[in-house]
Amino acid sequence: MSNVLEVKNIEKYYGNKSNLTKAIDGISFNVEKGEFVGIMGASGSGKTTLLNCISTIDRVTAGKIIINNQDITKLKGNKLNKFRREELGFIFQDFNLLDTLTVYENIALALTIQKVNSNEIDRRVKEIAEKLGIKEILNKYPYQISGGQKQRAASARAIITNPKIVLADEPTGALDSKSARQLLETFEHLNKNLGATILVVTHDAFSASYANRIIFIRDGKIFNEIVKGEDTRKQFFEKIIEVQTLLGGDLNDVI
Amino acid sequence: MLFKLSFRNMKKSFKDYAIYFLTLVLGVAIFYMFNSLDSQEAMLKVSQSTRELIQLMIQMLGMISVFIAIVLGFLIVYANNFLINRRKREFGIYMTLGMGRRQISAIILLETILIGIISLVVGLFIGIFASQFMSILVAKLFEADMTEFTFVFSKDACIKTCIYFAVMYIAVIIFNTLTISRYKLINLLTENKKNQKVKVKSPVISIIVFIISCVILGYAYYLVTGGVGELRTAEKLMKPILMGIVGTIGIFWSLSGFILKIIQTRKKIYLKGTNMFVLRQLNNKINTNIISISIICLMLFMTISVLSGSLSIKTSLDEQLDKFTPVDVNLYKPAYLPESYVSEYSGKTIYYTDEQIEDSRHPVSYTLETNGYDINRLKDIIEIPIYTLPEWTLKYSLGNNYEQTKEKYPMLLYDIPESIIKVSDYNKIAKAYGEEEYSLNSDEYIVLCNYEQMENIRNQTLSTNSNIEINGKTYHSKYKECKDGFIYMATTEINAGIILVPDDFDLKDENTEQYLLVANYNADTEEGKENIESTLIGTGDTEFFKNVEEKGIELDGSSKISIKESSKGLTTIIIFIAIYLGVIFLIASAAILALKQLTESSDNKQRYTILRKIGCDEKMINNALFKQIFIFFITPLILAMIHSIFGIKFILSMLEVIASPDELLPSVIVTALVIGAIYGLYFLATYFGSKNIIKEEE
Repeated sequence: MSNVLEVKNIEKYYGNKSNLTKAIDGISFNVEKGEFVGIMGASGSGKTTLLNCISTIDRVTAGKIIINNQDITKLKGNKLNKFRREELGFIFQDFNLLDTLTVYENIALALTIQKVNSNEIDRRVKEIAEKLGIKEILNKYPYQISGGQKQRAASARAIITNPKIVLADEPTGALDSKSARQLLETFEHLNKNLGATILVVTHDAFSASYANRIIFIRDGKIFNEIVKGEDTRKQFFEKIIEVQTLLGGDLNDVI
Repeated sequence: MLFKLSFRNMKKSFKDYAIYFLTLVLGVAIFYMFNSLDSQEAMLKVSQSTRELIQLMIQMLGMISVFIAIVLGFLIVYANNFLINRRKREFGIYMTLGMGRRQISAIILLETILIGIISLVVGLFIGIFASQFMSILVAKLFEADMTEFTFVFSKDACIKTCIYFAVMYIAVIIFNTLTISRYKLINLLTENKKNQKVKVKSPVISIIVFIISCVILGYAYYLVTGGVGELRTAEKLMKPILMGIVGTIGIFWSLSGFILKIIQTRKKIYLKGTNMFVLRQLNNKINTNIISISIICLMLFMTISVLSGSLSIKTSLDEQLDKFTPVDVNLYKPAYLPESYVSEYSGKTIYYTDEQIEDSRHPVSYTLETNGYDINRLKDIIEIPIYTLPEWTLKYSLGNNYEQTKEKYPMLLYDIPESIIKVSDYNKIAKAYGEEEYSLNSDEYIVLCNYEQMENIRNQTLSTNSNIEINGKTYHSKYKECKDGFIYMATTEINAGIILVPDDFDLKDENTEQYLLVANYNADTEEGKENIESTLIGTGDTEFFKNVEEKGIELDGSSKISIKESSKGLTTIIIFIAIYLGVIFLIASAAILALKQLTESSDNKQRYTILRKIGCDEKMINNALFKQIFIFFITPLILAMIHSIFGIKFILSMLEVIASPDELLPSVIVTALVIGAIYGLYFLATYFGSKNIIKEEE
């Protein structure tokens, strides 16, 4: 399997010489094509900074990030935007659907800004809607549909461009547990049946248990890495909880 | 501390304040310009009557200024309200930090005073410079010679501006304090999280409403142009006005849905770049602002019509003026007064004195000479009597067409006797005026008329059966239509009908209604002519005036100089008032439009952030924003422009001015420049302001 994403010894510093914060302090890992990887860590561990660097929203201080054989830390300006448009898909915590557009238009927008042919847009939107079971709500506005449906619409928008990798930041953060489960199943479906490579950042063990592999981050460094392998999701979930305890998870942070 | 906070706030949110500031500065500058006219007048060399006209204009502008101040006051309060709302969160934070309402009010008070003073100073500065250009314009319009240019500063206008705006700022302060006192902390902090529901309109209904609105507007356009002859009363005028308002609202109600539907069917355009987003944004924006956009459209319509209409009236009036004032003076007085008459108003019988009756049996020159006027001041004197016959009324002239005409024009006075002049008498005047001379056989007559409406009425009779029986003899019109001509000088075509009869027509002295004297002044220079004019017309304190007044002789007259001046004065007053009102309306509509856009840009910030997140680069986002604001600004302007094509035509036809397209063109260009400049300025300020708002977060 080829690597879709290679993170090589990246560092990200904030502040100045007298007051330096190392948000990321030498992280390296690879994501293979078709993998579903979770990144876990407490608040302030650097996981969101890591995702921002990968998603080209933020720049690294040192190191390389290679996506699909291209070093994105060297890209600038319009090339960077083009890269983000064409190679990456995003799913955000608060859906980020445009309230003035219908679901159909929200999904199509990801393609129209890539200047895709209009006939093809129509075909692809309908195809993806069918696969994610949101065909019936295509002509509805975001305020007319449920949270779970919104998140599926957002997922459709993220993968319709056939991105090399889908990045999700706390995707279940704004959902009730039922909708969250549905969304995670959608992710599983995207990953298994549609072959999407997914990188999810979360602090929620249940969300993470849907991934194949989990990278734990603490204080800007990789703390641990566990692979699901042949485990059931329940076993994997228990393993995650164990590591989280070691990590000095949420509870310890409080004290 | 509070001062520091206010000052920093202003510096920080300067771009937010841009629209507010622009509006204040323009308001102050224009207010000063139009109120400083009286000091500019001093530098102009103009005649006495022009000076009086300028005084009248200044008085009128002064009254209009009060109205303008009210409009500006509302606008400023509205604009300020926008700023306060945008900062709710900031005030919420101050309140959580323990600041009281009073202190927040103090901050806002300081800010209002600061920005008020700055805008007043900048506005006055611009106004003082702009008013120098304005005095050149005044001089040109009044055709005064401005031999030396002096820089004028009007202290009065400056003080007046300061007082008026101080009052407006106080209103703003009171309003702000009221707003703040009603705030609740929770609302202040969560203000940004409001999620707006999208109103969805059925496309079918949109299309139907759109078509109906177009038909209504089309019919209203027809009423004010093609069917303008019918619009003689104010009530009838209400119909096209109401239809115009309803049609405009209907268009804006349905427009965006209609266009959206059409473009949606063209997938190539709809599914291209950010078009979809821009269209939806506009749809949303126009749908939530139907009434304000309609009002703005109508205000723009008024601005365009009033500006270009008034400017073109001036052009065409000036040209006509020379034709209708061929000699220096007309003097006339009633002839053959009866011993008494019954007043129509009081019902009392009024007796004329013997002196009055005696004087009325002689021509005008007799009056001049017997009352001590030096007749040598006049030259080229022509005197003619004008007759009336009690039986020859307008009704009698119209003959068989009377009933039909009365039905159509019930307001005309049909029982007034027609003015009759012997053809040889008229020819003397025609020669002096440079008009066509006529000859008549003993059974013919001619009708002279140049007032279009009356011409049409009279021609109906003349073209069919013009036979008229007077004193047992039948006369017929020499021509099948009215001929062009006039005897009284005027500003334009207002001769409603004069009948020329053969010299042997049986007219007795007692039939004389009026004596007319036509003459030129015996002087070669303009100054000499003006001196003579003052001895003849006006309220001079000479023996002649005293005598005429004592005897109660109703000697009246009009002169080339006074007609020209009053005409110029009137058109100039119209133009100044039109510009003043037009520009203020323009500023008001542009400012409201800009604020509407900016208020929503804060909501839109979220939407543009999403666009950025899904991979739109800054170029695409700015492009989308530009398109959206541009269309938002241009839509009411386009409809207003279509309205004005018909509005201007209506104004011109109402004022009986016939302007050819090339006469209209310059005034249209000037109007376009004024609107382009002010509207464009607000558009740019809005674009950069919005760009700034959507950029903020990152």
